[in-house]
Amino acid sequence: MIRITALTRLAGQQKILDDINLEIRRGEIFTLIGPSGSGKTTLLRLIDLLDRPTSGKIFFDGQDTAGREKERLSIRRRMGMVFQKPAVLNVTVAENVAFGLKFRGANPAEIPQRVKLALELVGLLGFERRRAVTLSGGEMQRVAIARAMVTNPEVLLLDEPTANLDPVSSEIIEDLLIRINNDLHTTIVLATHDMIQGQRLAHRMGVIMNGRLAQVGTLHDIFYEPKGKEVARFVGIETILKGVVQTNERGHATVALESASFEVVTSCPPGKTVALYIRPEEVTISIPESGAQKTSARNQLVGTITKLVPLGPFIRVTVDCGAPITALITTRSCGELGLTTGMTVIASVKASAIHVRANPA
Amino acid sequence: MDAIITGITQAFNLIITFNPEVLHIAALSVYISLAATILAACISIPLGGLIHFREFRGKRTLKMIIQTLYSVPTVVVGLLIYLLLSRSGPLGFLGLLFTPEGMILGQMVLIIPITTGLVISALSGVDRNISDTLVSLGATEFQSIVQIVKEARLAILSAVILAFGRAISEVGVAMMIGGNIADQTRVLTTAIALQTGMGDFGFSIALGIILLAIALVIVVAMNLITSGLSAEHQQVLGGPRS
Repeated sequence: MIRITALTRLAGQQKILDDINLEIRRGEIFTLIGPSGSGKTTLLRLIDLLDRPTSGKIFFDGQDTAGREKERLSIRRRMGMVFQKPAVLNVTVAENVAFGLKFRGANPAEIPQRVKLALELVGLLGFERRRAVTLSGGEMQRVAIARAMVTNPEVLLLDEPTANLDPVSSEIIEDLLIRINNDLHTTIVLATHDMIQGQRLAHRMGVIMNGRLAQVGTLHDIFYEPKGKEVARFVGIETILKGVVQTNERGHATVALESASFEVVTSCPPGKTVALYIRPEEVTISIPESGAQKTSARNQLVGTITKLVPLGPFIRVTVDCGAPITALITTRSCGELGLTTGMTVIASVKASAIHVRANPA
Repeated sequence: MDAIITGITQAFNLIITFNPEVLHIAALSVYISLAATILAACISIPLGGLIHFREFRGKRTLKMIIQTLYSVPTVVVGLLIYLLLSRSGPLGFLGLLFTPEGMILGQMVLIIPITTGLVISALSGVDRNISDTLVSLGATEFQSIVQIVKEARLAILSAVILAFGRAISEVGVAMMIGGNIADQTRVLTTAIALQTGMGDFGFSIALGIILLAIALVIVVAMNLITSGLSAEHQQVLGGPRS
């Protein structure tokens, strides 16, 4: 649907986007995830043909988009875009939604019906005559989606559509996007810094870091097999350990760290230096005395708690087992176990839950 | 003290009895300034739009010059237009000196910087995301400009009303270009200046009250409009000028 090759964008001397190569497939939800300032917005603006790249090409449905403004306009009219900050014009909701149709010279007799359908899609039927500027943030963003969808675009681009919204409004919008993709088969490209949202919506994701596309793949690829430390940190893997493979028997390997050792699943041969990535929710914490509990986890490391960070319903526990290991446990189980800093606990993690990458940078 | 009290009493008599001379002067004032304002707006809205939407060298300097001209002394404009319209001047053949049309021209020149400058501010006050949004919705350049001007409509209207206030209250251009000829070019401000000089305080006070009443109407109109404006838009108003 959209093919991007060697795309670069400079702002002054600074590289905002650096050698982006990406293919967005028809009918998929593709999320671009990355920290703020990584270049997500710049990339979306280039895809929507609002700006021109410094070098590189964007093909829309096989057609080169580097042409004259008139050609770019006709390609742009096959897409819809929703910005992070919903910009509604100071007219009624219906007039806001109708803009795309008016700009395209749609038959005025059809407009009210199509506006109504678009508002029905986003669940704002009956809001036609309201002034758009008086709506709540979530409602405005839904108006923005209706406004982008009213022309039945082939591609819907969204830049952090829920960044300024409360969790309930965000969920409404996420559900809406899934429905648009399922029912209307609209290709969706969504930029977000919110990992959970990226995970919830995407068929495929691209991780963008400092203007470079660090990894493109399925959710599983990115969450469980991140390419490199930066991606791992960003997708929420808190424990990244460096060690050397000691033995490897048909994929079951032991990796020695300075003062601990792990059993992992990898094809790396003995002697290889590797990095171990452990997602905090894969680590369980138990108390040594209650040793009766059974676990299939191959790695059970004894250590002392060095840090407890409450995160609402969860608590992030850092255990020093010779190497720091971070676990994410529920606040309730933390209370049941009576965890405090300085306590000696067992951190368990399955061999298969550790992602191993050779030759870390 | 007596003169003031007699003056005020006389002024109310003139107003309540709809004195034809007073009415004629007030009507001519409103006619000339309204015409100047409408013509200035017709020039300033496209001109301000052009300056706002186009990128060119010296854009900032041009904006600064326009802002400086907000406070150009009315007598300087009067002098300039006088030189242009006088019989030996380049536009002398038009015969506009000492006519209401000449005064309209002078007041237009006086207020065009204000309306143009405030139109530029009004357009800059429109959320930058709006123009991106319009382009992304498939607007052509022209469609997007029309929409942004519409979005700034309230701030632009306030600018126009402010300019009308400056036009109707100025005396320099009216005196120098109009010449304060009775029944032809005598307007509120020039009449007040003349009648006061002649000791006819009652007449002056009556005209002064009418001028203030017109100012009141302007303020009320401004308030009605600005109450419909969002906070961002209000910044561009910058307050009234004398």
